[in-house]
Amino acid sequence: MAVMTYAAAAASALNDAMRADPAIVALGEDLGRGGIFGQYAGLLAAFGPERVIDTPISEATIVGAAVGMALTGLKPVVEMRVIDFALCAMDEIVNQAAKNRFMFGGQGRVPAVIRMPIGVWTSSAAQHSQSLESWFAHVPGLVVLAPATPQDNHALLKAAIACGDPVAYFEHKELWPLQGEVDADQRTEIGKAAIRRVGSDITIVSWSKAVHWSLEAAEALAAEGIQAEMIDLRTIWPWDRDAVFASAAKTGHVLIAHEAVQAAGFGAEIAATLAEAGNAKLARLGAKRAPVGYAPNLEAAVRVTPAVIAAKARALLGR
Amino acid sequence: MSQSNIPLSHLRALYAMMCRIRAFEDAAEIASKGGVAAFGQAAGSTAHVRGPLHLSTGQEAVPAGVCAHLRPADYMTSTHRGHGHTLAKGADLAGMMHELFGKATGFCGGRGGSMHIADFSVGMLGANGVVAAGIPIAVGAAQSIKIRASHGNPDAIAVTFFGDGAINRGPFAESLNWAAAFKLPLLFVCEDNQWSATTKTGAMSAGEGAAARARAHGLVAETVDGNDVGAVSETARALIADIRQGKGPALLHARTYRFKGHVSVDPAAYRDPKELEAALEHDPLVLAARKLIQLGINVADVDSIMQAAREEVAAAVASADGAAWPDDAAAFTEIQSMGAGQWL
Repeated sequence: MAVMTYAAAAASALNDAMRADPAIVALGEDLGRGGIFGQYAGLLAAFGPERVIDTPISEATIVGAAVGMALTGLKPVVEMRVIDFALCAMDEIVNQAAKNRFMFGGQGRVPAVIRMPIGVWTSSAAQHSQSLESWFAHVPGLVVLAPATPQDNHALLKAAIACGDPVAYFEHKELWPLQGEVDADQRTEIGKAAIRRVGSDITIVSWSKAVHWSLEAAEALAAEGIQAEMIDLRTIWPWDRDAVFASAAKTGHVLIAHEAVQAAGFGAEIAATLAEAGNAKLARLGAKRAPVGYAPNLEAAVRVTPAVIAAKARALLGR
Repeated sequence: MSQSNIPLSHLRALYAMMCRIRAFEDAAEIASKGGVAAFGQAAGSTAHVRGPLHLSTGQEAVPAGVCAHLRPADYMTSTHRGHGHTLAKGADLAGMMHELFGKATGFCGGRGGSMHIADFSVGMLGANGVVAAGIPIAVGAAQSIKIRASHGNPDAIAVTFFGDGAINRGPFAESLNWAAAFKLPLLFVCEDNQWSATTKTGAMSAGEGAAARARAHGLVAETVDGNDVGAVSETARALIADIRQGKGPALLHARTYRFKGHVSVDPAAYRDPKELEAALEHDPLVLAARKLIQLGINVADVDSIMQAAREEVAAAVASADGAAWPDDAAAFTEIQSMGAGQWL
């Protein structure tokens, strides 16, 4: 067990995986210098430029080439820097990687992990701050993951590489420096949520950075006598319905909180699924449908903070 | 029209492949009548080949000439107009026709159809419904060959076919640069049929075209009469030999012509009939047949090559017609492993 950052955990996991399997390669911009967030630190020295590939600024070809590599025996880990840049590669992600297995009748597989860091990040404004994970949950063929802790970033990255499906992998830019204990042998199963806090009055479902703010909100609520159960979904698709439904049956109240824009966010999908089952009072919470502004107060205005989450929870409980 | 001097046996083999492609396209075209609703045509219920069918009729010399120099270990990506490439790479003709008919016995089990025709077992990594999208995939396959050189086929190459319309999409420019920067074993083949869907490519393309754009990125590029199968073959042979020796990527610009509309139900009423008349004078099959006769093969022998192709295709059509549809369950298999079954 070692203490490491969320970024270092990813580098460590990739190092372990590449050491164990020569078919794994990494490609993207600035990987030679360890990636712009240090999430590839040390890998070039360990594995050389053929397996840690510094690419041109050519997002479409980065992902397209990864598809070609995957179809011919490699397991590429693809870096998009920030999700906003992945929009230059949407054909390659959605039409090429995700649909390949189906449309060619299972002749090929695309075991590629596409890392697309999400989230608000120190006045990075409208084109470097988005959380677009719900777009990818909409696409058949993709696995969608969003780890919130160093341990999960280590274990889920390994699971993503090993799973054989194309994976949309979302790390949060504000989580890079987060420290935590990492057990390199611990596995996190794709599709399994984590119950981060046990409670009986209300369930808060979240993922990525918003997990931490939901936990802060839960502490504030506890001081008022409200016991919140906090579920870190970790896998957006296939999401852990059993865990969410079990908690909903226990608390009768479910709040889904995420940083992404609320309208058509993945919280809507969870809420609709719960509503169809009709066994809980529901609320969802995401950002207002506005681009993220540059000035600190403009940026803060769209954030789903612990205070906002706690207020929504109180309202749902009628307190 | 001069044909390059290539050995008779080689020209005969190229002609036979061109005949198979022509016969395949002709039969697919007939089977598509009453199919997809477009260009003012109503969809009917009688079509055997439903959905958009993009025919490469008139362009057969390009895949035949290029693929004659490929091996099973070489990779290929193709376009929405990809039947010829797929056949020339060695895919089973009947398996292709079954796929066009949407049958369980087709290469993709009826999931893909014409636009997603593929035979991974011969290195044919897929036609593509998106213009230029196959190019970066071939870049990755070529890079994979280099990375995995110690695992088997170090002198394998990748080939990507694309049309003249594709040179105006970003992935083409990205891939030229990338392939040259990494000195990849990749042959770009621009199969220039002069039409971007229903619009003349020349009317909206700046500069001197595919070869000039490739040279600007440091690639070797050759332009060839894409209806002269001997010339295509000889030029491709030289470029491919250099690529196999590690000299880096190259581009072949083959000028040809699309005899049919954009899709099979498109009568191409937007083009000057004289343009098609002139092109038909330069039919690659007619040119090759003429050359074979010049070289001493008698007319009956030449005819028998086409006859054999038509018979092979007719048998494929009959067997495709009688083949079973996929099980309904196939709509929900081969999608993904994680969360399989969780389709809602």
